[in-house]
Amino acid sequence: MSALNKLTLKGAIDGLAAKEFTSVELTQAHIDAVEAARGLNAYILETPEQALEMAAASDARRAKGEAGPLDGAPLGVKDLFCTKGVRTTACSKILENFVPAYESTVTSNLWRDGAVMLGKLNLDQFAMGSSNETSYFGPVTNPWRAKDSNKALTPGGSSGGSAAAVAADLCLGATATDTGGSIRQPAAFTGTVGIKPTYGRCSRWGVVAFASSLDQAGPIAKTVEDAALLLNSMSGHDEKDSTSLDIATPDFTQFVGKSVKGLRIGVPKEYRVDGMPAEIQKLWDDGVAWLKEAGCEIVEISLPHTKYALPAYYIVAPAEASSNLARYDGMRYGLREEGANLAEIYENTRAAGFGDEVKRRILIGTYVLSAGYYDAYYLKALKVRRRIAEDFDNAWTKVDAILTPTAPSAAFGLGENSSDPIAMYLNDVFTVTTNLAGLPGLSLPAGLDANGLPLGLQIIGKPLDEGTVFSVAGAIEKAAGFTAKADKWW
Amino acid sequence: MAIDAATVRKVARLARIAEPEERIEALTQELNGIMTWIEQLAEVDTDGAEPLTSVVAAGLPLRDDVVTMGGEPEVVTGNAPKTVSNFFVVPKVVE
Repeated sequence: MSALNKLTLKGAIDGLAAKEFTSVELTQAHIDAVEAARGLNAYILETPEQALEMAAASDARRAKGEAGPLDGAPLGVKDLFCTKGVRTTACSKILENFVPAYESTVTSNLWRDGAVMLGKLNLDQFAMGSSNETSYFGPVTNPWRAKDSNKALTPGGSSGGSAAAVAADLCLGATATDTGGSIRQPAAFTGTVGIKPTYGRCSRWGVVAFASSLDQAGPIAKTVEDAALLLNSMSGHDEKDSTSLDIATPDFTQFVGKSVKGLRIGVPKEYRVDGMPAEIQKLWDDGVAWLKEAGCEIVEISLPHTKYALPAYYIVAPAEASSNLARYDGMRYGLREEGANLAEIYENTRAAGFGDEVKRRILIGTYVLSAGYYDAYYLKALKVRRRIAEDFDNAWTKVDAILTPTAPSAAFGLGENSSDPIAMYLNDVFTVTTNLAGLPGLSLPAGLDANGLPLGLQIIGKPLDEGTVFSVAGAIEKAAGFTAKADKWW
Repeated sequence: MAIDAATVRKVARLARIAEPEERIEALTQELNGIMTWIEQLAEVDTDGAEPLTSVVAAGLPLRDDVVTMGGEPEVVTGNAPKTVSNFFVVPKVVE
């Protein structure tokens, strides 16, 4: 039964419904695959006993005819989602031994619909990073390798564990979060599908906070349809999150496979950045050609403030992070270091508990919010954020969705960009705009580069119009026929 | 608005992060590099732009001011580094 972990989520749910195998068998196949793949460092905590209990309970529900939409499907959970009674660290030292007494709303929704938890997945510390190298538990290694090379590549970040686990068939799908591109860039680097929905679609309650006005949960999956299935369950109003939208969740799977004929697709000229590899431009051109073929009208558009999105983000996100992470004071939970007085205890605790990138962002955030700099930096960035949102508002008068590359490169080597913070930040150049504007964005694999590494295309939609995003993604998925998988070396 | 070593020490103190003296020089350079890159925002004409703090247009929801949970001190203090009888133990701050 070892091949059961190679199924798609939809394929597995259909197989469970047809009684071809049980959830216990399906879950055991995944547990075996996870154990055999420890070298990837995708899971930082495996919960096989809990998984088998949940699987047995699922089989019992199915026998009684009470199966939910995800019943019996084993999933991985990014270790930023609090899981009741199961250690949740945000891949930091400061939360190394934190065991939540509550369950995040998003994961509660998945368990309500019958899903099975395999364990907790690695990420950049507090979701701050684009390569998984800031994790306290060490980086995840991408299951993909360049042709004729055994160099270890990054799976991207911050949801690198989620993306690698899905790509290596270590779960049928995974939860992830995206503050500047943390779902979509890892999806692009690993040949998987990831969607950041409209801000407010998924509750942030029980998700360790990074930048509250930008953070949004979403799934990483093997196919567009699987991503739609997962987002169906993850979404929904939650009165425990005041920014959660009180609106109905449509059935996103109904949009996958729907005709895209007559849709107007925007191609923003500002996304043709200097130094972008020719292969990525080629993939983008392919995407345009596929959508034309499917009956879409292609419209060149302008998003003139695109180049200012990243610098604005690196004020807004650190500012919010410096406030959110002030809670780690060593008193109520988490690490506590000793000191001669209260201030010293705080300072020593936070110095020992946070990694370098987290400290760097807290310091930037503290600086831009400090007296004398607030107007010049923070307020200015919020006004630039308005301009970026207005760019999209203007675009929506001309187009129904926007097509761009997901990331400016394929997966790079672990260690290659870690000495230059700004070079690392530039990974998010195509994804960060949608976080600032609160829009849905989906990345799907659409081709391989000359080294045999996957490349992703991104579809950006209007607020709350994930449906159109899924339809366009479905059309590209069909046309691209991307079926490549990483050769198993682990 | 270049950041100097004194500013880094001050910001680290405000952020309650102990930064050893030998790290200050490197941090000053790093933060200066990032802030110099951010300076390009000055090019953007933001006259009349309303600061965008939340992409959710709806107003803040209100609920009745009633107790909805509680009575579980052992759960609340369950992750604390130091506790006595379901109380958090904190350093003495008043002599």
